[in-house]
Amino acid sequence: MHALIALTLKDLRLFLGDRRALLLTLLAPILIAAFFGSLFGGSGGAKKAGVGLAITDLDRSPVSQALVAALRADPNLKLQELDAEPAQALVRAGKLDAAVQLPAGFGQQAGRALFGAGPRPLIQLHHDPSKAMGLALVEGLLAQHAMRNLSQAAFQADSALMADLRAQVQRGQGLAAAEQHELLALFDQVARVQRVSSPAPAASNRAGALTGMRQPFDTQRVAAQAPQQAGYNAYAHSFAGMGVQFILMLGVDMGVALLLLRQQDLWKRLRAAPVSRAVLLGSRLLSCALIAFGVFVVLLTVAIALFGVRVQGSWLGLTLVLLGFALFTAAFGLLVAALGRTPEAARGLAIVATLMLVMLGGAWVPAFLFPDWLQQLTLLVPTRWAVDGLDAMTWRGLGLAEAATHAGLLGATALLLGGLAWWRFDWAEPA
Amino acid sequence: MQDALLQATGLRKNFGERPAVAEVSLTVRPGELLGLLGPNGAGKSTTVAMLCGLLPPDGGQVRLGGLDMQANLGAAKRRIGLVPQELALFEALSARRNVELFGALYGLNRTQQRTRAAAVLAQVGLLERADEAAHAFSGGMKRRLHIACALVHDPELIVLDEPTAGVDPHSRNAIFEQLEALKRAGKALLYTSHYMEEVERLADRILILDHGRVVAEGRLAELLQRLEGGQGLDIELAQAEADIPPLQALPGVLGLHRDGPRLRLRLADWQAGIAVLQALAAQGLRPARWASSRATLEDLFLALTGRQLRD
Repeated sequence: MHALIALTLKDLRLFLGDRRALLLTLLAPILIAAFFGSLFGGSGGAKKAGVGLAITDLDRSPVSQALVAALRADPNLKLQELDAEPAQALVRAGKLDAAVQLPAGFGQQAGRALFGAGPRPLIQLHHDPSKAMGLALVEGLLAQHAMRNLSQAAFQADSALMADLRAQVQRGQGLAAAEQHELLALFDQVARVQRVSSPAPAASNRAGALTGMRQPFDTQRVAAQAPQQAGYNAYAHSFAGMGVQFILMLGVDMGVALLLLRQQDLWKRLRAAPVSRAVLLGSRLLSCALIAFGVFVVLLTVAIALFGVRVQGSWLGLTLVLLGFALFTAAFGLLVAALGRTPEAARGLAIVATLMLVMLGGAWVPAFLFPDWLQQLTLLVPTRWAVDGLDAMTWRGLGLAEAATHAGLLGATALLLGGLAWWRFDWAEPA
Repeated sequence: MQDALLQATGLRKNFGERPAVAEVSLTVRPGELLGLLGPNGAGKSTTVAMLCGLLPPDGGQVRLGGLDMQANLGAAKRRIGLVPQELALFEALSARRNVELFGALYGLNRTQQRTRAAAVLAQVGLLERADEAAHAFSGGMKRRLHIACALVHDPELIVLDEPTAGVDPHSRNAIFEQLEALKRAGKALLYTSHYMEEVERLADRILILDHGRVVAEGRLAELLQRLEGGQGLDIELAQAEADIPPLQALPGVLGLHRDGPRLRLRLADWQAGIAVLQALAAQGLRPARWASSRATLEDLFLALTGRQLRD
């Protein structure tokens, strides 16, 4: 027991004694987690940038101008009115997400097309292929505002568009007599309603006024998270992910350090003492796990103190997940040392293994962005259990039972990897 | 004469098909220093590894204090203090922490660690700097700390593998004095070295290994008596690259080793020496200096193996 404690304390003293390395060990994950956290939404209070959109109005009709005004007023867009060529150039340069071109005759053609009385005008939408999410938003907002403005133009009193439509229907081109009759009756009915309500322009938005077709429902966004506390904080995920990544690298470093030690007479000297393999490898496992746990605690303390991360789940659960991951890290480091045989080989093996574990564990980007099949597959990856477990205890606000599952899986995997490392580790120093 | 503390009999070790150690037997008694000599690859390190319980022998047996080492490995290791060739220190830790750590590895409790650390640090002259990190020490001080780490658990057998490598003369003398004090205290010491003069000074008995086999063993005086001739002649030629006549063929010349302009000859008598100088003069070679010498371990090693120890 004296030997185990002495060897473990020795590793802790060596780790804490190297101030420069310690600072870098803590600073690097904090900086990168802060960067990723701000990228994915920060602590929720920051204003969103909006999608950059250019519009070229070749129609200049009241309908197209009303559409441009509506898009300009939309808080989800940053709209610029530009000629077609410079607009497209800015999209190609990646400075705008998309450029919309409203063709000449857009207002008239779209009005007719609304009632199936003519071809639909073609709106050109140039987009940056690297910004697919922005494109979907632009298409949705364009449809919403166009429908509203067109229907408003169609149904307002003394509408020129309605007069044009009535004239077309009266000509009866391509319409059955019954269909022609019913459409004209509809127009008459609309005209009567318009005359009765004849809303003042300022009141056009009041309930009941004929303001054109609107989305027939509203949505209320409610974040699915702990109901009683702070909102989602992207830093919670980024600190979990970067913590997992850098601590895993710390484990690898310790495994490689063990191999370097084995090449020195210091290893021979340790083996000459009456200490078992269990004590020599166990002390390394223990010190690595303690260091990993301590570093993660510091990282989360910084996340809580400076980045508004909150533990909305169980503190005990959080501790269990951290302990499970610390043990996994230590066992992973030992296994790398056992399989790599030499420091050079171990380092190469470790880089590949760590990158795979980190990527598939959702440490860089949340796992929900993965394709379905990959999301299912990565349920088998230990780093995913760690990241999900930490998410569960921070912003998701889940309970101890959820943490126990993640921590248990991590602990069991640590046991398995540790056993493998024990079995495969080349005990003697190289000849 | 006391019973041997360490007794190795017929030790064998192969690495693949290559025999590294073949039928090596040796003993070390309390209060005795056995010098283990041999060039690189002679099997010294493998022998030391087997004697310290780091490597199981393929054949033969090691007994320590009468007990079979392989059957009582933990207990045997507690009685041995190993000083490996390379420094085995945690340089970021203080001298005291290094010594205490090794004390803990040998089962000393916290109080014993403190007491013994202070005692051995005083013994090697480092107590005043006990709380400084080892990396701040000179090469000689590190070597002394290295030895202190091997002494902390008060072992009966101390195995030193080239303990003075890279050490300045002052620290080397300090180490020699410590080893002599350990001998006087009744410790058994096994000392491997390339340096003949160290072994000549310190060793009570000498064992010479070559190609994994014992080629000679005994006290220095006994070993030197094995040489046919007791006279040595060292010559330094003025011409470094000159071809020399076949001096070995001269009557009374028993051995010759050349290292550039320096010739080392072993002679049956002084008549042979005169013949050598005449032969060189006949070829126009002039000694810049020459001196007679007594036979040394180097001569013995040369006679036994046909090569120099540091080849």
